[in-house]
Amino acid sequence: MQMKWISSLLAVTAVATPAFADKASNSFNGAFGNDVAMLDNYMATGREELVLARLLYDGLVSKNHETGEFVPELASSYEMVSDTEIDFVIRDGVKFHNGDTLTADDVVYTLNTVSKPEYGARYQIAVNWIEKAEKLEDNTVRLTMKEPYPMALEMLAGNVPIYPAKYYQEVGPEGMSVKPVGTGPYQLVSQTPGAEFTFEKFDDYYSGGQKANAQIETLNFRILPEQNTQYAELLSGGLDWIWRVPEDDVGRLDSQPGVKVESAPVMRFAYLAMNPQRPDTPLADPRVRQAINHAVNKTAIRDALVGANYALIDTACNPLQYGCTTDVTAYEYDPEKARALLEEAGYGDGFDISLVMSDASAQTQAQAIAADLGKVGINLEVNMLTYAAASDQWRNNQRDMEFTNWGSYGIGDVGMSVAGFFSGTGDDVAQDPDVIKLVTEATSIVDQERRAELYAEALKLIAERAYWVPLWTFAMNTAMAEDLSLSVSPDEFVPFWDATWN
Amino acid sequence: MLNYALRRIFMACLLALFVSFLTYALIFTAGDPAAAIAGSASTAADAENIRQIYGFDDPLIVQYLRWVGNVLQGDLGNSLYFRQPVSEIILSRFAVTAQVGIFALIFAMLIAVPLGVAAGRWPNSLIDRGALFIAVVGQAVPSFWFALLLIIVFSITFPILPSSGLGTWRHYVLPVLVLGYFSMPAIMRLTRSGMISALETDYIRTARAMGLSERRVLFDYALRNAALPLISLSSAQFGFMLAGSVVVESVFAIPGAGRLAWESIGRADLPTVQALVLCFSLFYVLLTLLADMLNAALDPRMRMK
Repeated sequence: MQMKWISSLLAVTAVATPAFADKASNSFNGAFGNDVAMLDNYMATGREELVLARLLYDGLVSKNHETGEFVPELASSYEMVSDTEIDFVIRDGVKFHNGDTLTADDVVYTLNTVSKPEYGARYQIAVNWIEKAEKLEDNTVRLTMKEPYPMALEMLAGNVPIYPAKYYQEVGPEGMSVKPVGTGPYQLVSQTPGAEFTFEKFDDYYSGGQKANAQIETLNFRILPEQNTQYAELLSGGLDWIWRVPEDDVGRLDSQPGVKVESAPVMRFAYLAMNPQRPDTPLADPRVRQAINHAVNKTAIRDALVGANYALIDTACNPLQYGCTTDVTAYEYDPEKARALLEEAGYGDGFDISLVMSDASAQTQAQAIAADLGKVGINLEVNMLTYAAASDQWRNNQRDMEFTNWGSYGIGDVGMSVAGFFSGTGDDVAQDPDVIKLVTEATSIVDQERRAELYAEALKLIAERAYWVPLWTFAMNTAMAEDLSLSVSPDEFVPFWDATWN
Repeated sequence: MLNYALRRIFMACLLALFVSFLTYALIFTAGDPAAAIAGSASTAADAENIRQIYGFDDPLIVQYLRWVGNVLQGDLGNSLYFRQPVSEIILSRFAVTAQVGIFALIFAMLIAVPLGVAAGRWPNSLIDRGALFIAVVGQAVPSFWFALLLIIVFSITFPILPSSGLGTWRHYVLPVLVLGYFSMPAIMRLTRSGMISALETDYIRTARAMGLSERRVLFDYALRNAALPLISLSSAQFGFMLAGSVVVESVFAIPGAGRLAWESIGRADLPTVQALVLCFSLFYVLLTLLADMLNAALDPRMRMK
């Protein structure tokens, strides 16, 4: 259904009215294409839901994306007591949206509850490193990890919000979905799951955190599944902001009066993964995997089908992440070399392999990749499936390659990408013992320099043995009313509390 | 008649049950439901954890019977995605879809029936050709394209109607237009052919011979007979509008049941899908029954049977 009708017809019918009304009333109307069901941070799985949840909830700390430092949020200060223990002094005078005051008990209750497997937090990785939390004094909480966890602060900044213990015990997870209560800079005033969410500025919000001083009074978000409807609403003044604008539509939208398009680099990156474990796959031979790396013309595909502001990568991570070395083997586009390597590996006559993917918007890119591989004699069958079917086939070794992208939960550390895909878990198809050894060690130490060294070594091996074809990092295009100022953070979250009308 | 109706209802319920089991099984064949629920940023371990919590490892029939057991106790369960009672979500979604559907059907009938009557009264005339043209265009134009065209004209070029959402009556205009237009051709063509054959019958000739006015002949005698298949068709069209309004609901961002069903399948929200399938099947049963009753009311011969 993603047709380009609106954007192409706009050229002849453009009569745009920018969003003056919203500016005058200091309100904001945004839209998402993906569905938003509810704003329980531990149960939500969609990025849009998590983005909105950050309006409602705060974590103990938050990350300053300019300095890379972790600054206090609900904790007024913190101290690493040992490799596995952090003490947090809970900020005074913080109010929940229902009027309750934040106490150390809320923090202890939240951390102890959500970290239990039976609680069913959707992203276990966010909480499964927590052993326990306990109250030391009135306003101090000690968090104990199961083992040294180097990304504890990264996780606590945004992915582990604090819930109101008393309210949560009263209403349960269902009540929290119906009427979520947090300490965040905005409170939810109404919601129609899957359709509309309205927030109002929380007047009792404390000062001292990064989310303080929100400017806009009312934030309204709607779900508009059809991109063209989003454009129509943006141009007719019904919307002030949309994101995930495909590269193809950027120029046409940007040229409309009253509308501007901005692009920001984000943590997400795209890659082709290869499965050497699949029975009888030619990909078991590293020379074949290297040949594929040489055969894919990344630059041409990026330029023609993806967008110039997507940066090409040779390494299996996003250079924005800590520990992501770019000093790895790079495979330049060279079909001759690819053919020679295939010949050497005994596949001079070519072979058939299959690829699985679930991002419908990237299908043309997959076809281009298949065409490139066809030029060196590899017949690639592209299977575009739902995520459930694609991940099922991929995890059960039914496909040779996977074309996908990874946002690392917005966390600027290779521990959230390399460790996820190369540490021998159910998501590791390479199962390379040398890489596993390096990565496993890196995940369990807190010495940052040593971690970076280990990851660098692992990334070099991954590139040398060509388990992936790293493709490009993403840029996020947003289209908005000309007078609005709001930018997407590198972690692919949107700080709506910083939005202002100029 | 009562016996007949009861037997039909019983058969329909069995069918609904069969359909619901089929849906249940299909969701499992369509991929790993645990992965769908865990979301596209999840790890294999996340999916495994969800499989444990929801008991997806149990044999399919056990899981299905567990669901049936709960339904029989009046519990449709909680949506795995919205984490709220399925019954509440579905109720509000159905209300929206039914509202738009009813308006669309009324709109379609208001235009299509008079046009069909006229086309049947004067076959091969200019008005018949005009009606045929409208019918062909209605069948040929994809509804998403028609919807976008209307948005461009009425929301951007001449900004008089909103392009999405449901707030005021003005929000209903475009979706009702698109949805209604799509079912217009079938209604019109059926009215036309029904009218043509009715007008050829002896009783019409008699009515005319008795000097009844053309209006009475057309609407009281001919249309009443031509309307019988029309009622069955309209009930089927209405059923289609409920279940098949995905496109219109997506383009105009209407939170209806059609879109909910489509999306719930993708995210393996089993309780929601199951409840929707159940509701849709029961609704069809109800519609068919209603159409039969209406037919009986209009046609004394059917009452006799």
